[in-house]
Amino acid sequence: MNFDLTDERQMLQDGLRRLLADSYTPAAHKAIEEGDTGFSADIWNSLAEMGVVGALFGEDDGGFAGAGFDLALVFEEMGRVGAVDPLIDTAVLGGGLVAALGDDGQKKLVDEVIGGGAQLAFAHVEPTSRYDLARVDATAAKAGDGYALTGRKAVVVNAPAAEHLLVSARTSGKAADESGISLFLVPAGAAGLRLRSYPLVGGGQAAEVTLDNVPAELVGPEGGAYEAIAAANARAVLAISAEALGLMEVIKDLTIDYLKTRKQFGVPIGKFQVLQHRMSDVALEVEQARSAVINLAGHVDAAPEVRDVHVSATKNLIGTVARLVVEESIQMHGGIGMTNEYELGHLAKRLTMVDHRFGDADHHLERFIALAVA
Amino acid sequence: MDLQYTQEQLAFKGEIASFLKAKLPERLSERIRQGQDLTKADMEEWHAILNAAGYLSGGWPAEFGGAGWDAVQRHIFEDEMSKANAPRIVPFGLSMLGPVLQAFGSKEQQDHYLPRILNGDDWWCQGYSEPGAGSDLAAVRTTAVREGDHYIVNGQKTWTTLGQFANMIFCLVRTSKEGKLQEGISFLLIDMETPGIEVRPIVLIDGTPEVNEVFFDNVKVPVENLVGEENKGWTYAKYLLTHERTNIAGVGFANAGLENLKRIARLEQDGGKPLIENPHFAARIARVEIELMAMSTTNLRVVSQAAAGQAPGAESSMLKIKGTVVRQEINALTRMAVGPYAMPFASDALEDGSNAELVGPDYAAPVTGEYFNNRKLSIFGGSNEIQRTIISKAILQL
Ligand SMILES: Cc1cc2nc3c(=O)[nH]c(=O)nc-3n(C[C@H](O)[C@H](O)[C@H](O)COP(=O)(O)OP(=O)(O)OC[C@H]3O[C@@H](n4cnc5c(N)ncnc54)[C@H](O)[C@@H]3O)c2cc1C
Repeated sequence: MNFDLTDERQMLQDGLRRLLADSYTPAAHKAIEEGDTGFSADIWNSLAEMGVVGALFGEDDGGFAGAGFDLALVFEEMGRVGAVDPLIDTAVLGGGLVAALGDDGQKKLVDEVIGGGAQLAFAHVEPTSRYDLARVDATAAKAGDGYALTGRKAVVVNAPAAEHLLVSARTSGKAADESGISLFLVPAGAAGLRLRSYPLVGGGQAAEVTLDNVPAELVGPEGGAYEAIAAANARAVLAISAEALGLMEVIKDLTIDYLKTRKQFGVPIGKFQVLQHRMSDVALEVEQARSAVINLAGHVDAAPEVRDVHVSATKNLIGTVARLVVEESIQMHGGIGMTNEYELGHLAKRLTMVDHRFGDADHHLERFIALAVA
Repeated sequence: MDLQYTQEQLAFKGEIASFLKAKLPERLSERIRQGQDLTKADMEEWHAILNAAGYLSGGWPAEFGGAGWDAVQRHIFEDEMSKANAPRIVPFGLSMLGPVLQAFGSKEQQDHYLPRILNGDDWWCQGYSEPGAGSDLAAVRTTAVREGDHYIVNGQKTWTTLGQFANMIFCLVRTSKEGKLQEGISFLLIDMETPGIEVRPIVLIDGTPEVNEVFFDNVKVPVENLVGEENKGWTYAKYLLTHERTNIAGVGFANAGLENLKRIARLEQDGGKPLIENPHFAARIARVEIELMAMSTTNLRVVSQAAAGQAPGAESSMLKIKGTVVRQEINALTRMAVGPYAMPFASDALEDGSNAELVGPDYAAPVTGEYFNNRKLSIFGGSNEIQRTIISKAILQL
């Protein structure tokens, strides 16, 4: 048993932490918020240059790491600064799916992603699919050599900045069947593709995507994309859970600092025992969250039945602890915790939104019951 | 023991319900139902309608132009208002300052200010909290120094709700540094047009500019604007806080919120079925509804005590805690109910006059903002921690 980082990972962590500390200044956060892509192209380029994107891919795919623990490390650091870069969308989901299913020509896109030169988005969730991974109503019909896609995709994160969308659509089967789902590559600006873009709570941009007979290129086997989607989704759950952990850690530190410095009734409020106990509960739950991330990092590439138990266990715990951390930290800050300007605001919003992607705590509780309890 | 309203109370309830049906503009109730922001003009319009019917001052005693409703009637009124999605009455003049002036103000102050509150001539805001004086309110440091016919006020107030709309502010100011902190505080009425006052907005976590900082730099305030006696402000402030705490449970808001949650859960799809049929989610709704049913009765128990002439005491702390926790849970469940559509940031689209298109179902747009905004419920009006301290000291005598 060894929970220490390897030398390579330690180096990556040190470098990334330094880079993010230098990049994510309050001014940078503000510029991103006022900009129109939802992230900073400069920060993105320096992340790619440092090899952070490459660290999310295995050597076979042109990267140099790509294990669960590499993802956990990178995303925890991102979380610690409240970073808003679309690494999950472009790299873990978009790049991951092309790497898993694409042919040699399509895989050139993965090299571009690793080099920092391409932005991707995964258009999978639909207006009524909620968190159900197999529920795909969008359809793909054969059209000449390729396909034509029709349907609606909801809250497609990073779609406004993406040069290509990876779109799931049904080539056969019924609404919730795992088989019959195919994956397609659609360039931004394709005929019949409409994006309605908007900002997200906690940073980043997304779009509602409407497809009306959009010409598209198949990626991977027709009707057989589900398992690759589930595998990419598992890695995305790991990534966002590790990001949540980083957010929890900084929020915890901010709150401890505040308890030590804020005085009321002549003493630091951290002297009040009721707040001491509540802060202790927050701290111990964050340790639980760390262990849950480690559990998933160790099993994210395991066989689906093992992997999915860990996906649901971790995401359920993260969602539950996230709510505790957010609500307790705002409460213990009093009025200051309610403001937009204080750094807690952004971090708390970003952490809260983690529960709205890739399944919330309740969704994963049910999945866990089905996979491991019932 | 009788859990029913009396005949008179039922008649009153019917009267309020039909008034709301006839006079509440649909444009306003629609905005409330959809969680959209109201403008100052909207709120003034609604106050004027209530005032014309004599309901704005319902809770005030007859000698000050009110209807002298007892606590049960006030409760019925508030309940019907929330059921009908009526905008809430802005409390600062009507239920905070009004009662203080009635109890402690001079005849001149009563004659001048009370009608102006009802007629909408003045918009009041509450200048209690300061950067260094939140839970520890007695630590206020804004000073008022007597110079001839005036006080000269220096310092800063903060978290001033809707101060951007106000022309008047009632403040706790320090007039003495002798003795206990509580013994050097006075209650002062200040015209916000006076030179030396600056109001700066604070944007809250949901993106709304709901509160403000108010700075005072050598502001001249006529001595006749002192309420009651100098250095007795703490007594008046505490009196005001007990009024702030009636309707603190917010049962009406909770009921309206619960109904909205159920409506959303019927419309949202989960695994091809309405979300409300998901046993886990249904159990969560059931738990909060069960709490709310018991809390409504706790509330009525306290209300009837108050109607029988007992001042709302430490029991109102219990209602504050339960009421805010229940409402916050409803907000959290509503956020969960809309799934991925909790993510779009919709603040602009909720502003009055905005024609920005909403993303996803219209009921989803305000949900995340309201979840964050209502975190304030357990912070202001005496935080829930402070309420627990009051319970443990005043009721449990620990
Ligand atoms: C949206 C909003 C609107 C407001 N509107 C107004 C307004 O119009 N006018 C006005 O005057 N004020 C207003 N307030 C201020 C409000 O009353 C204060 O925020 C509140 O009193 C808490 O003070 P604080 O924010 O300084 O927090 P602090 O007092 O610093 O409290 C921080 C944390 O410490 C806890 N704490 C403090 N003391 C103790 C103790 N002895 N034991 C245990 N825990 C303790 C608190 O419960 C809280 O969790 C508003 C606040 C908000 C958030």
